Amino acid sequence: MKITLEQVDYVSALGRLALSPDEKTKFMGQLDDILKYMDTLESVSTDNVEPMAGPVELFTPLREDLVRPSLSVDQALANAPSSDGSSFVVPKIIE
Amino acid sequence: MEFESVIGLEVHAQLLTETKAFCSCTTKFGSAPNSNTCPICLGMPGSLPVLNKRALEFTVLMAIACNCEINEISRFARKNYYYPDLPKNYQISQYELPVAEHGWVDVDTSTGFKRIGITRIHMEEDAGKLIHDDRKPVSYVDLNRTGVPLIEIVSEPDMRSPEDAAAYLKSLHSILVYLGICDGNMEEGSFRCDANVSIRPKGQTYLGTKTELKNMNSFKNVQKGLQHEIERHENTLLGGGNLIQETRLFDPASGTTISMRSKEQAHDYRYFPDPDLLPLRVDLELIERMRKSLPELACQKKERFVRDFGIPEYDAGVLTAERSLAEYFEKAVEIFPNPKSVSNWMMTEFMRFLKASGTAIVSAPVQPSDLAGLLSMMERGAISGKIGKVVFEEMWKTGKDSNQIVEERGLVQVSDVTEITDMIRKILLDNPGEVTRYLNGKTQLIAFFVGQTMKATRGRANPQIVNEILTDELEKLRN
Repeated sequence: MKITLEQVDYVSALGRLALSPDEKTKFMGQLDDILKYMDTLESVSTDNVEPMAGPVELFTPLREDLVRPSLSVDQALANAPSSDGSSFVVPKIIE
Repeated sequence: MEFESVIGLEVHAQLLTETKAFCSCTTKFGSAPNSNTCPICLGMPGSLPVLNKRALEFTVLMAIACNCEINEISRFARKNYYYPDLPKNYQISQYELPVAEHGWVDVDTSTGFKRIGITRIHMEEDAGKLIHDDRKPVSYVDLNRTGVPLIEIVSEPDMRSPEDAAAYLKSLHSILVYLGICDGNMEEGSFRCDANVSIRPKGQTYLGTKTELKNMNSFKNVQKGLQHEIERHENTLLGGGNLIQETRLFDPASGTTISMRSKEQAHDYRYFPDPDLLPLRVDLELIERMRKSLPELACQKKERFVRDFGIPEYDAGVLTAERSLAEYFEKAVEIFPNPKSVSNWMMTEFMRFLKASGTAIVSAPVQPSDLAGLLSMMERGAISGKIGKVVFEEMWKTGKDSNQIVEERGLVQVSDVTEITDMIRKILLDNPGEVTRYLNGKTQLIAFFVGQTMKATRGRANPQIVNEILTDELEKLRN
């Protein structure tokens, strides 16, 4: 195993995921498979090969700095689990 | 043991674009909460970011002004963290390949010019704003600021004192504002600074344990926060203690720093290339276009002011510290071509009233043409310098021009020789004792007579004429 249960705990905490003990074991195996696959890729020599963003040579397009209408506040908040009609409402963030 | 401090700064500057970094929502400040949002900045699934051309141009402009190498190809990366002000749960930033690297700025410090290295300048997006409820256990999220373009300017650890750091920060601020790409408002957060600071015994080259310092929202607080932190490091080490690498917040109320709990610092951002954004290519044409549009910056302006206007270097430094101040000066000199006199008045009266009132230069009640008008009245001899100050204050308070004030208040200088001679003769008659003592050699009493004359004319007499006539009249009495 390339990955420990502690590392699974750490990564799930960073991702705000609550995993059951069964899930932890299951994902530990899956993450381990992924890392092993990376090892396989690592064995290929990539000296002098530029990283590739896609199969065709493309660069990010640019947009003119022109304002377009935003959503209405109601639309913006429509999917919020909780709102007061003007802001998203979340459990208090302790500073 | 003598220590030296090692300081590096990370500066975030909000770019003055019309729209956000990756969507066409307005960046306007002060709109109703969540009224400037769209599926992209709200992080809705399926939406795709498209980079704002002007944000890139501004970044390139800053990179050129900071003598950076501009990378033809750079990449956007996702900086992952969970916080309610960040709807996507990641911030679009740049990691391995920023837009610009390896630059420098020359900073004017009390011990002369110092070159501070710029490690990198990269683009990223701002987060939203949280408002905490005082009574209920909730926070309110406003995402209007989410996605507003920022540049982060990271310096080399080249600063050795809080004064160095403040000088560097001021010079970055000046460059950004001169370029017109950031409004530079520290209180409102459009120009923010975090500092990394450590200390080591003088002469050593290793780096000590560093603290990351946050929450310093003014030049003064940056200096205070660093000063306090350096002292804390020294006291800890001299007391035999150990420092830990941590993030601390500056508390302006106490002037001290407070450790952020380690849980809040447990940042592991798991950067990776943003698959929604293709590599960014900055072509030569854009770089050249920006290079040509580069305005004159503070240090160049300062040199020119000394060279072309013949004003002292110190004055030129003060006048070019802010672009609006330098423009004010040039406008006033255009109308009243005596740079030394304009500079003197700006450095004294103008700055004093400006500071006291907290007014922005562009909205000062005394505009360049008003100041030029006042100065030419003095040059013509219509009013004395002393009265000039009174008139200036009145101009500042009322917004009226100098002619009007001088006329209304009857402040025109008395230069009429006959009128002044009559007045002086009367004063000499009224003060026979002083006259005798003067004639017996106590010549410094001339000041007394000048004072009496000024009093009689309520300060309006031309002092030079008063002096001449007084000497004449007193000499006449010798015989």
